[in-house]
Amino acid sequence: MSLALARSDNRDPAAAPRLLITITLLVLLWPGLLLTEFNLVMLFDPANLGTFGRFLSGFWPPDLSPGFLRLLGTATLETLAMATAGLALALLVAVPLSLLSSRALSVSALLNGQTNSWRSAARYPVRLLLIILRSIPEIVWALLFVRAVGLGPTAGVLAIAITYSGMLGKVYAEIYESVDQRPARALLQAGSSRLAAFFYGILPGAVQELTSYTLYRWECAVRASVIMGFVGAGGLGQMIDLSIRMLAGGEVASILLTFLVLVLLADQLSTLLRRRLA
Amino acid sequence: MTIALEGVGLTHPGGFQALRQLTLQISSGERVAVIGPSGAGKTTLLQLLGTGLMPSAGQLHLLGDDPARLQARGLKRLRTRIGLIHQSPPLPPRQRVITAVLAGRLGSWSLSRALVSLCYPLDIPGARAMLEPLDLDDKLFVRCDQLSGGQLQRVGIARVLYQRADLLLADEPVSAMDPVLADHTLALLNRIAADRGVTLVASLHAVDLALRHFQRIIGLRDGNVLFDRPSAQVSDDDLSALYANQSLAEQGHEVVRPARPAGLGAGTGILRTAPRCL
Ligand SMILES: Nc1ncnc2c1ncn2[C@@H]1O[C@H](COP(=O)(O)OP(=O)(O)OP(=O)(O)O)[C@@H](O)[C@H]1O
Ligand SMILES: [Mg+2]
Repeated sequence: MSLALARSDNRDPAAAPRLLITITLLVLLWPGLLLTEFNLVMLFDPANLGTFGRFLSGFWPPDLSPGFLRLLGTATLETLAMATAGLALALLVAVPLSLLSSRALSVSALLNGQTNSWRSAARYPVRLLLIILRSIPEIVWALLFVRAVGLGPTAGVLAIAITYSGMLGKVYAEIYESVDQRPARALLQAGSSRLAAFFYGILPGAVQELTSYTLYRWECAVRASVIMGFVGAGGLGQMIDLSIRMLAGGEVASILLTFLVLVLLADQLSTLLRRRLA
Repeated sequence: MTIALEGVGLTHPGGFQALRQLTLQISSGERVAVIGPSGAGKTTLLQLLGTGLMPSAGQLHLLGDDPARLQARGLKRLRTRIGLIHQSPPLPPRQRVITAVLAGRLGSWSLSRALVSLCYPLDIPGARAMLEPLDLDDKLFVRCDQLSGGQLQRVGIARVLYQRADLLLADEPVSAMDPVLADHTLALLNRIAADRGVTLVASLHAVDLALRHFQRIIGLRDGNVLFDRPSAQVSDDDLSALYANQSLAEQGHEVVRPARPAGLGAGTGILRTAPRCL
């Protein structure tokens, strides 16, 4: 479009692409929307609700006997330890990979406003590695590791570490890119190294987002370690598996309540830290 | 010769030619003001001198180096010697003033020193000494998002002064300050530049401040140097040619003619306490 035309045209040039994207999204989502509506009707069918209710009533009251609670406590700690250790290992891998793959600290972007194609090509292998790490679900890794290192939490820890390093690395890199880049660029322009520019220019803006995403991932890791318990990685998952097989509804209810408390705690912790870092 | 430009042109990535065929020399220890209408290319020129942009044509020499020919290491070393005060201070809102000021020396600090200083500021007296003459030492441990625009601008200045650069560049360093403070700050910048024997290049919108504080004035318009002479020889005709605005005049607005403030003739360099700002 010529400059003179652009000057006299009072329409928003961004309107057409936006409309196109909206229509594309609707066309893609429409079949999905139809399907979910269909399922919702099924769920609220009175006959189905009755069956569900009878199933739930077997869960009450929760089992609160001291012997069981002691077992529950040990299993909870095991699950928490599995999630935390797995996430810590994942962080060790994810942080360096996120720094390598992020476009946030590209020196060439500082010079001419666009990224150097060689440099972005160099970032691609790291991105590929992150994709490989997160493409296989943790439960599959857990099944493999249970064969390799035997039953127990070690398999769960390794499985979480691998999958979560891929997820954390990807999202961290994107968080770095989403904060204001000018502080870091100004530091690079004053001769700072890239890592120092990251700590002084990017991190202050990103730390809140990084913390809350990491805590959310920890919450997910707790749930994942429960699921991996079903395949023999220990903790609450193994326990709930046994209780369901023994048809001990009260025990299952206690374990489910424990999940609820754990997620509530994670949420509270996240809120607290976010407020501290705000 | 600190700065030498020969036929330097700069075209922005969008294709806009912001600087055309600039040839000028600034010798070591000189203090120069760049003035000109909005969009004239002042920021672009200072970014070029601060190695934030590379010339698309011509030769540029800074402190004896040709930045376009330097390898990454040499460029980093050159950048450590150039301090640029940005038009809008690029400081992360959540960073404390002390950290923002100390970040000025990241180029000469080792990474470990930088990281330790992030946890506990290593040079509190040094940062205080830079903020004191700017009347801001009471804000040392305040977060940047709690400062006013003019205070933030002074933090940006303190950081660059702390950097101890051999070439000081300032892009409208006092645009957000009241007249008295602006006058004081420019006097301070000039005094520090003279004491340290470093070159100072500043862009300014307030013509009277430029004429009062700087020895040499460069008038920039549409990417060309319109005039370049000692401040005592800048005439009213120079100024009205520099700021003449064809399209505003056509719309029938009454155009203010910029003129030399009275009492600022050749040889009279008296500092008034309440300067008039254009
Ligand atoms: N990144 C960019 N991409 C394209 N054009 C740009 C870019 N930066 C600046 N320009 C254009 O270059 C010209 C000069 O801009 P510059 O910022 O140097 O002006 P200035 O003299 O500093 O103006 P002001 O006094 O308003 O700060 C302007 O017309 C502007 O639109
Ligand atoms: Mg500007």
